[in-house]
Formats: sequence, structure tokens, C-alpha cells
Amino acid sequence: MSVSLKELSKLEPRYTEGHRLCAGCAEPIIARQVLMATNKPIVVSNATGCFEVSSTVYPFTSWTVPWIHSAFENAAPTITGVESAYVALKRKGKITDDIRFVSFGGDGATYDIGFQALSGAIERGHRFMYVCLNNEAYMNTGIQRSGATGRGAQTTTCPAGSCIPGKREYPKDLTRIVIAHDIPYAAQASPHNYRDLMEKARKGFDANGPAFLNVIAPCPRGWRHDSSKTVEMAKLAVETCVWPLYEYENGKYSLTGESKRIAEGAKEKRPVSDWLKAQGRFGHLMKPQWSSIAEEIQHNIDKRWNELLKLCQI
Amino acid sequence: MAEQLVCNGDQAIAYSWKQVNPDVVAAYPITPQTIIVENFSEFVANGEVSTEYVCAESEHSAMSICIGSSAAGARVATATASAGLAFMWEVLWIASAMRLPIVMSVANRALSGPINIHCDHSDAMGARDAGWVQLFGENVQEAYDDSLMSFKIAENMKVRLPVMNCIDGFIITHALEKFLPMEDDEVKRYVGEFKPIRPLLDWKNPTTYGPFTGTDYYFEHKYQIVEAMREAKNVVKDTLQEFGRLTGRKYDMIEGYHLEDADYVVMAIGSTAGTLRYVVDQLRAEGKKVGSLKLRLFRPFPSAEVAKALEGKKAVAIMDRAISMGSTGPMFPEVCASLYNSKDRPRLCNYIYGLGGRDVRPQELAGVFDQLINGTCKEMNFMGVRI
Repeated sequence: MSVSLKELSKLEPRYTEGHRLCAGCAEPIIARQVLMATNKPIVVSNATGCFEVSSTVYPFTSWTVPWIHSAFENAAPTITGVESAYVALKRKGKITDDIRFVSFGGDGATYDIGFQALSGAIERGHRFMYVCLNNEAYMNTGIQRSGATGRGAQTTTCPAGSCIPGKREYPKDLTRIVIAHDIPYAAQASPHNYRDLMEKARKGFDANGPAFLNVIAPCPRGWRHDSSKTVEMAKLAVETCVWPLYEYENGKYSLTGESKRIAEGAKEKRPVSDWLKAQGRFGHLMKPQWSSIAEEIQHNIDKRWNELLKLCQI
Repeated sequence: MAEQLVCNGDQAIAYSWKQVNPDVVAAYPITPQTIIVENFSEFVANGEVSTEYVCAESEHSAMSICIGSSAAGARVATATASAGLAFMWEVLWIASAMRLPIVMSVANRALSGPINIHCDHSDAMGARDAGWVQLFGENVQEAYDDSLMSFKIAENMKVRLPVMNCIDGFIITHALEKFLPMEDDEVKRYVGEFKPIRPLLDWKNPTTYGPFTGTDYYFEHKYQIVEAMREAKNVVKDTLQEFGRLTGRKYDMIEGYHLEDADYVVMAIGSTAGTLRYVVDQLRAEGKKVGSLKLRLFRPFPSAEVAKALEGKKAVAIMDRAISMGSTGPMFPEVCASLYNSKDRPRLCNYIYGLGGRDVRPQELAGVFDQLINGTCKEMNFMGVRI
């Protein structure tokens, strides 16, 4: 598979212009990269969220592939229903094409309300790839807390007040929870490293069973950064080890991209304060009152990073 | 001619699915529906069907899988009951809005709380506004027949709506009865080949299912379901009659018993309709001019037919095996509204009965007739409850 920009630019887009996503949103960037990672026919299901409401404002659509949205929490069972129909109709000889299936859901739809359904679909072994567009909060309804929101971040349902400094809890490690299902392929990716992301998406599409891709998706509105800084912010997430790039394939963890280089000492691991300072949602943590929170966050990131290094046998 | 079988209502439905051989069945087990999916799992395990059977982790996902499969172009069936149907509630609306001909058997059971596994109609009545055609069967034979007819109704091009065929939990789902199935090839001919419309798997002609719709189009989308429901009434009527010609079993949307010359009528849906006919026979033997009316189709509600059947009667009791808290039983206002423009309206009384599987005894139903005849029934009555 060629991933040169020149070659990619010649591909027929599967997600096109005309969507209503905010300027600087990472989601269409990620979706286009994912959809370019296979030349097989694709059917897409989408959970309710920014990506869904913005891409199919009736009577228009930004999709040039078959697409279905059912509800918030059921992107995984909806696409597994499509996949089951495919298996049945193929067995009956009514379909001969080799088709791939992918679901897109935000972190609210994936970490929280749709988690049971995702877990069930993976456990049953349906062949589909689930892509989490992880912008670390419920952005569609106005920036509320999710299970993916980082500690210390302020959202409208975990505001930073005089007593509580934003979200109290660390995000749950959904990628590893999904891996615990003994899934054939799972990975974390970032849109700034498109080669790495597309390689992972390709592996996910080709996996002989369920695959999971958790992709960091900076949100200028929710994170309070300039809309021109989206890709930069995604890169910063990786360089600070807030969002390590790694994959789980055939029972083995391995770091990729910048994360691999950091682990091998070829690249410097940046302090989390760079990440916190770059975004308005963490602005309150810069006050002396909350200086210990930033330290705790650094400590937690180091702990998780070291755990990951062990898993990757580094 | 197929041989007569003895089985319960759940087994009869599973048997009908075996004969239809749907492309996909996705379900979650719940009492008293469980026998359907257990039996069907056996057919799958033994290679008696070529269905892709998905044993979902919840009813919500089961219905979501049905939606995906149906939109993809598969013939789809599922089954549920009680809390399971309630758990599906959100997605029931999506299935009808996408005009997906999903067939679902519902083993009617009470809703929590307190938790109760026995029969009443709270579950199906809670789903009455979701855009699903709702049929109610009276016994094992009708459970089987309704299941087969549901595919024909759902897939009719004038309808293309999901269909729920309901049977009373335990009373029909678990009681053994004799019934006459159709021959396998006869069923195959009857339901025919499934013809999907704009399936997702037709990737060369990509279709968008379930887009975001604002105030500018949402209302029109809903109106299309209203129109399909209006058409569905005639389609159901035709399907029931055609099935009657095919099998010799006479069915209609509403079915009267000693109705024409009756002054006093009791109306019910589901298994109670059978007990009512027994009671009518007894009271007729005593010379009382009584009759009963079974409602087979609850959505779309056959208002004109009900009005015609009840016009000129002295008094009618509407038996509801569910209650809309803060109002009446769900069937009562439908019948009241149906008769509103009639010149010769009967007195209408509502009886709430049998909630949570409370027994419905012939002498109690005879008591309802007595109260109708002697005028002691109130507008709202609670049959057999200790107040």
C-alpha cells in the first residue's frame, strides 16, 4: 500500500467536502486517513456525535460509501448486524464481493454509553474495525465530561471551581480494556503521523476478526486551542506520552512512531506541562493553588508509560 | 397436508422461523420468550437453517443488530419480552423510521417493578407508538400463523414497516396445544424470496441510512410512517384473508363472536378472547344476548371496523391487560374515540385485569357480563384486585 501524499491525493475520496464540522476539527482528517487505508469496498456505521450530525445533514451527505447511523450507543452492534447480513448472504451465494466494515464513534459513544455494545461485538468476533475519534469529552452537546477526559481538564460538567480543579479522575485506559478481550488487532494512533495511522488502519481492516483503533482527535472548541494547531496538538499528545502510539497484534504489544523513538532514546520525552499549557481547558492548573495537580498528572503519565514499556518488553 | 403437532407457542414460533429460514436472527434470551431462541439455536446448531444467528449481549444490541442486518439487505427476525422490549424502546423507533421489515415475536410479560415474569400487555402497549404493526395471537395456532403472516405484512411494498407479533406470556408461550403447521415448501412459497430495497451491501449504489434531520424535514419523515401505517391496515386485512383462503383458518383484524345480535359485548385481545367465547357460550345457553369481540390488530388501530362492530350495542366492556398510569387502559380510549362519531353509541366501561399474570377465570368474565347487563359497572373497574 502506497502512503505517499502524491499517491493518496489521487484516490477517490470516501468522505468528501460539504460537512459541517468545526474549522480545525481532527475528525475528518482521521476519517479520510482511515478510509484511504483499504481499496476494498467499505460500509460505515456511525455513532451519534459531532462526526455523525455534521456529515449527513439531510438531504445532504459527505459520504460516498454506504453509511448507517442508528443511535448513540450502538454503532458496534449496528455494523455487526451489517456484517452478519454479509456473512449470511455470502453463504447463500447472493454476495461475492469482499467488503470491509468500519464503525466511527466519539469517546462518549465508545468509552461510556456504547461500551457494553462494543464489548459484546468484539467478544462475538465479528469482523469489523471500530475507530474511536477520541476528543476526550462529549463535544457534540457542548463539552461535557466523558470517561476519556483527562484529570484536571475542565468541562461544563466538571468545571474548575474554587474547591474542585476540573475533572477529578484519570481517563480509563480503554485501549487496554479492549485488548483484554483478546482482540486480533488494536492500536492507538494520531492524525499527525498519517503513515503510522494508515498502516494501523490497514492492519485493522485486514485483521481476521474485530479490530480497534483509538485515535486522539484534538478539538479546538473543547480543548481551547487555536484551530490551526490541531495537528500540532495531536503531535504534542504523543511527544508528552499523554497519548502513546502503540499496537497490539497477535498477542504482542509494540510501540510505534514517535513513542518508539522516545522509548529507544532517539527522541526526547516532553514534560506534560507543555501539553497542559497549550490548552485553555487546563489553564486553571497554572495557578499556584493547583500546582500539585500538574505534578500528579506527570506522575500518572510516567507510571502508565512505564507500564506500557514493560508490556512492549522494553 | 402437514401433520398436526403438539407444542407450546414459543416452539411454534421457532418452528415458523425454521421454515422461513431468515438470513439473520439476532436475539437475547428473556423469559418467557427464551424457548424461541433456544429452539432456534438448536436448528442453527444442527444445520437445519442457514441463518446467521447472533446471540447478542442485550436486547438493545439485538435490535441494533437487526437494524444493521435489515438495512444491509437481509430478512431478519428476533424475539423479546417485557424488560427486553422496554430496553429496545429507543431503537424500535429507528427501525420503523428506516422502514425496515423486521419481524419480532413478543412474549407479553409485565414490566418491573416489582419484578414479575408473568403475562400482561404493559410491554407491547409501551411500544405502541413506535411505528410497528402490532398483531396479537390468541393461541398456539395463531402464534404460528401470525409469525408467518408478519413477514408478508412487513415486506409488503405498501408497508415496509417492522411487525410485532405478540402472544401472552406463559399462557401461550408455555402451554402445550395442538396446531397445524404448513408444509415447509408451502411456507417457502408463501413468504417468497426476500427483496431488499437500497441495501447497504450494494456498495456500488451507496445509501445513507439514518442521517441527521432538522426541523426542515423531520416532520415529513414521520408523516411517511403515518401513511405507511394507514396502508398497513388494508394490507393486514388482505394478508389475513389470503392466509385464510390458503389454510382454511378464517382471520380478520377484529373477530366477533355472537356479536351481531348481542346487546352486551366484552372486548379483549390475546388469550382472554378464547376464555370469553367459552363464557359467551355459557351465557347464551342461559338466554342472555351477549357476545365478544377479539381485537387482533392493535397498530394500526382498526377504528372504523371497531365502531361498526359495536354501534347500537347497549353496553361494552373493554378489557385491558395493561394500564396507562394516571389514565385508563390503553385500548379503552381507542374504542371511545372510534365510537365518538357514531349515532348509536353503547355505554363503554373499562376493565383493568390480569396484571402480572393474575388468573382470569370464566366466572370473573361472566361477572363482567353481569355488571354490563345490570348496569353496575363503573367507567373504570379493576377485575379481581384486592383494594
